[in-house]
Amino acid sequence: MNFNATLFGQLLAFVFFVWFTMQYVWPYILEALEEREKEISDGLEAASRGKRELDEANQKKAEILEEAKKEAADLVNQANARASQLVEDAKATAHEEAERIKVSAQSDLEQAAKRTKEELRSEVAALAVAGAEKILGSEIDKDRNAQIIDQIAEEL
Amino acid sequence: MASKELNSTDYIEHHLTNLTYGKCPDGTWSFAEVHGKSQVAGTEASCNISEMGFWAFQVDTLFMSLLLGFGMIFFMRRVAKRASSSKPGKVQNAVEYLVTLVRDQVQDNFTASNNPLMGPLALTIFVWVFLMNLMDLLPIDVVPWIANGFNAPNAEGGAIHYFKVLPVADINAPMGMALGVLILIHYYSIKSKGLGGFLAELTFQPYGKWMAPINVIFEIPGFYAKQLALGLRLYGNLFAGEMIFILIALFFGGFFSSFAGVLSGIAGLALNFIWAVFHILVVILQAFLFMVLTLVYLQQAHEHH
Repeated sequence: MNFNATLFGQLLAFVFFVWFTMQYVWPYILEALEEREKEISDGLEAASRGKRELDEANQKKAEILEEAKKEAADLVNQANARASQLVEDAKATAHEEAERIKVSAQSDLEQAAKRTKEELRSEVAALAVAGAEKILGSEIDKDRNAQIIDQIAEEL
Repeated sequence: MASKELNSTDYIEHHLTNLTYGKCPDGTWSFAEVHGKSQVAGTEASCNISEMGFWAFQVDTLFMSLLLGFGMIFFMRRVAKRASSSKPGKVQNAVEYLVTLVRDQVQDNFTASNNPLMGPLALTIFVWVFLMNLMDLLPIDVVPWIANGFNAPNAEGGAIHYFKVLPVADINAPMGMALGVLILIHYYSIKSKGLGGFLAELTFQPYGKWMAPINVIFEIPGFYAKQLALGLRLYGNLFAGEMIFILIALFFGGFFSSFAGVLSGIAGLALNFIWAVFHILVVILQAFLFMVLTLVYLQQAHEHH
């Protein structure tokens, strides 16, 4: 319990140790420490940013999916409409065509009937004339005959 | 381990005597003389400790504190050199924990400026004082026994008859550090307030400048008492702890001589264990207190009252 020169020895030792720590120890350890703290906080931030981006991407994905679904449904609807339209058109065309064919067939028929009638008439007239010649057995005045025949043919 | 030739008083006195090398009144330097013989075998002692006065060195205190201090900076430097931000090893981890603890204390208690001295100062105080305090937990006779060439501490045959292992139980070690802190407090007080401001704080408060003499009576003792107490607190706590260990050690005195001695030895073991466990708290608490109070006082030195 006596103060003596040891006091100053201790003081000098203390000063030296503090100086040494300040010069060669503290800054190095603190630097490593702060660097790591920064790395960790950066890492955490990156992780949370990644998570946020993932959420955003997921949301975007859902939106795109929704849109695609809608588009597909539209396309299907359009296709359906178009198909039924086509069917309708085809039906109408077919109908028209059928009508046209029917009409032309009818006119053909009528013409044929008319021609046949004509032929028949002239044949009947010829037959009548021939018959009449045979009956009369003589030449009949051709002009008059023709007149009569035409008359008959007209009446037929 | 008290030998038969020693009674309790001698044993205690022996444990409280530092190994001292100093200048005697006749002008020669030598180890001190205790009870008629030199502290170190084979040397001539020309005077006792009290005759040496100021020019004396407590060799054991200096040796132990320097050993621990150099051990500390050697170890810290090794860690600091290899410190990297990636994947710290176990040792680096432990030191970083320590540095983080000190840094947090500095940030909590010293807010005046970003002084780069504060961290290293606090770390040095904490670790060094902790290590010196820790010497108290070594079995009390072990180091003196080694110092005396594995002989009973005071026995003939060995070299060094006196060796106090606990540097902080010598007033010079804690007061040496407290003196360093005192110098820093004056330096920063004057630096941040100017010499006039610093003196004004001591003389014009708390009752204004017309009551300066009374203010000085209040302020000066208060200002120095807290800095004196910084060292005395550490010294007192550790000295008292050491004293208890010495007293407990007396229980082992008769261990080999009688049945009662065996019983008292067993009681001593129990007491020693309990006190050591309790002392672990004191060891770390006093180191921590010294560090925190240093920071607080330096913070006050920067503040204008």
